Amino acid sequence: MAHIIDIDGLDGLIASLKAEFDVIGPIVRDGLIRYGPIGSVADLPRGWTDVQEGGSYRLEPGNTEALFGFVLGPDSGKTNLFPPRAPMWTYREGSFSATPDSTRPMAIIGLRACDLAAIAIQDEVLLNGPYVDSHYAARRSQLFIVAVNCTTFATNCFCTSMNTGPRLESGFDLGLTEVLDDHHFVVHVGSEAGASFLAGLDQRQATSDELAEADQLIDITANSITKRLDTTDIAQFLADNLESPRWSAIAERCLACTNCTAACPTCFCTSPVDTTDFDGSAARERVWDSCFSLDYSYMGGDPVRSSGSSRYRQWMTHKLGTWIEQFGTSGCVGCGRCITWCPVGIDITEEMAAMRAEVLAKEAR
Amino acid sequence: MDTLNAGSVSAMLPSAFPIVDKDWELADTYTLHFATDGAFDFDPGQMVMISQPGVGEVPISISSNPDVHDRMSLTIRGSGSVTRALGRLDYGDVVGIRGPYGTPWPLDTAIDQDLMIIAGGIGLAPLRSLIYRALARRSDFRNLTLLYGSRDPQSLLFERELHEWRGRFDMEVEITVDRSSPEWMGEVGLVTSLVDRARFSEADAVAMVCGPEIMMHFVGIALTDKGMHPDNIFFSMERNMKCGIGLCGHCQLGAEFLCKDGPVFSLSRIEPLMKVEEL
Repeated sequence: MAHIIDIDGLDGLIASLKAEFDVIGPIVRDGLIRYGPIGSVADLPRGWTDVQEGGSYRLEPGNTEALFGFVLGPDSGKTNLFPPRAPMWTYREGSFSATPDSTRPMAIIGLRACDLAAIAIQDEVLLNGPYVDSHYAARRSQLFIVAVNCTTFATNCFCTSMNTGPRLESGFDLGLTEVLDDHHFVVHVGSEAGASFLAGLDQRQATSDELAEADQLIDITANSITKRLDTTDIAQFLADNLESPRWSAIAERCLACTNCTAACPTCFCTSPVDTTDFDGSAARERVWDSCFSLDYSYMGGDPVRSSGSSRYRQWMTHKLGTWIEQFGTSGCVGCGRCITWCPVGIDITEEMAAMRAEVLAKEAR
Repeated sequence: MDTLNAGSVSAMLPSAFPIVDKDWELADTYTLHFATDGAFDFDPGQMVMISQPGVGEVPISISSNPDVHDRMSLTIRGSGSVTRALGRLDYGDVVGIRGPYGTPWPLDTAIDQDLMIIAGGIGLAPLRSLIYRALARRSDFRNLTLLYGSRDPQSLLFERELHEWRGRFDMEVEITVDRSSPEWMGEVGLVTSLVDRARFSEADAVAMVCGPEIMMHFVGIALTDKGMHPDNIFFSMERNMKCGIGLCGHCQLGAEFLCKDGPVFSLSRIEPLMKVEEL
């Protein structure tokens, strides 16, 4: 069962969410779609669309009034749930105390199916192991998600290969499909909290025609996505090819700039950073780190992974291979951010395909 | 409006421990002692994360006797910024400690077997707590042997304990140094030469090895060459660790998080990963 709201209905939803949450949504900033605080529908990127290629991202005026006519920018759920810097503790006069998170509970509007899949993956890493990331746990447990079905796609999208999109399946409180004819939203309820917020809005039940129309838009998106990643026995394939010459071929282009790990919605590596004050107190934060940095593997005077090829191999074999053994799913959701935000346009799907082709060619000889 | 409640106390929050004693073991290696009042239980092979506030945090294996419950000791070689800073601390200074973390030496696998303990350099530190525990359970095992290789005679760690263990009738101790000095009367050569000469029942032995990765690699080869099964050889592995609890990502080796899946691994499990350079 689904419901229909119009743009005023969406505005009403944002207004009612604001009473309980810091409402965060897609906004145009820095010439990009970012996720930041929003106050109303007027803050959403109406009419904007994004054009993505390997190593390139352009925001352009689209030819519609769509509020969600773009696909995705560098931000994801991670930006706010697992932020680049998070306080851990302070030390003063011989004792340590946990630094409280000063953030209010958050409602995030606009996340896509791949973003929800990424949150589920971070949940597995940060909440379901023997130890819990308490900072993430607190933000995550009070999160309200208004997700959006993709009715458009970017050239770097390959969610259909990773079974993460473009259709919303679970992990949201309310799920929207934007329909431009008679501009409205089909709303699916994903939780009791979602149902109670919807009940307070000016809404009506969707007709079967309206449902079918929205559904078809998602089908068209799914069928338009042509980028593929062959995941067949991928963990074993990578484990068997740790010494592939392909790693060096990639490293010739890779700048080890860490953009891919920053933009990746599942990358979770961090390092602690200490600061001191004149009064003798100290504080520790955790900040995002990257397996592409030289310091990352520093041990006993030297980095374990000094070559670029070993660092790229660590990232890709973890993301696509060992992650499955560690956490039961791939670490990749097929969002394509690592391709778009790579300054030299290294494409993880192309590199995987090239490595498989090299192995096939070798076996054929 | 309420702000977020951090809920349970963060696993990253250390407890404050004042240093109650400090020994210099070598020119660059020291042991810090802490009073634990029986509130800190660990098994040999486990580690803690020790912090100097404002400087940083490092993983250190526990070197003290696990059956002495009011004291815990960490033996540290000053090699980086944090371990050198910790070396400048003294009695009364406060550090932060979290833990214990990681898998212990699987001592029960050695019941009714020959127990071979093989150390290289500072690798003797986590093995010292194992030796204390093995001696406390001495009748559980058949022959107990310590093979210890050190860079030179000046770098021999825990000389008092080595002397004491050598004097026992229920324990073999063999020591070698890579580089001799005029007053050294003992063996010269790599620790693998001790393995080659050691007398033990290959089919009924368990080996626990800690030292530089290259040393463990060759000790593994020497032991399997003598006929030991890789399931019965255990290594304590090391990588950069920032959290100790599987959250920061740094210590991965293949699919293993060395901090929470290890640091102690059987050779059969870890060998394929040790063979790949820069993994």
